[in-house]
Amino acid sequence: MTVELRPTPFEPFAELSRFHELMAEQRRSAGALATFIGTMRDFNEGDTVTRMTLEYYPGMTERQLAAIVETAKARWQLIDALVIHRVGEVWPGDPIVLVGVWSTHRAAAFDACRYLMEELKSRAPFWKKEALGVGERWVSCNTPGYSSCG
Amino acid sequence: MIGLSEIRRASIAMSIRVRYFASLREKMGRVEETLAAEGLETVSDVWKAVSEGRPLPEQILCAVNMDYATPESLVADGDEVAFFPPVTGG
Repeated sequence: MTVELRPTPFEPFAELSRFHELMAEQRRSAGALATFIGTMRDFNEGDTVTRMTLEYYPGMTERQLAAIVETAKARWQLIDALVIHRVGEVWPGDPIVLVGVWSTHRAAAFDACRYLMEELKSRAPFWKKEALGVGERWVSCNTPGYSSCG
Repeated sequence: MIGLSEIRRASIAMSIRVRYFASLREKMGRVEETLAAEGLETVSDVWKAVSEGRPLPEQILCAVNMDYATPESLVADGDEVAFFPPVTGG
């Protein structure tokens, strides 16, 4: 299970491919890989967003992400999981987050991937500040976590 | 006899580090501060000490030693207490 914070842009497809290669032996038993890639939009709440800064809490952010991955591992039968999240300055179109979950079967892979994303959004200490045409603002909306998913 | 270095160490240990993040950091006008631990029993006490006695705003989250906590959570010498707004990652 791997959790990484990246201060510079990353290429999610190259990361997935690299991680997949590293799994060489284990992936022989993987029947499923579910992935999620979150990228930056150039608009939010009706306004054009030109740039975004992602603040985090060094130490706690990694710790919370690791705890979320551990909970997923206990709940579903996973072969491996990868979480990469950007910090610092992000531009429209840039990948912000990558979640990859390898499992024997698709149900566990889909469900654990959704779980990791929803829990990350509701519990991992990251904060987005948007740069607009004029001025900046903090994103204030929170999402409620996996248990609220229909 | 207690040497000066022991006294310094003791005074460092008898403190609580308080950190702020994101919009709250900007509102407080500071990134962090160190408080004397004496008289501080809970996270709520720590907040009152740094905010002129105001109650902790409902939407503000808190952590003790990098784990989520509640206003009632206990604090001790050497702890790191953090206050921050709802998280917005992903």
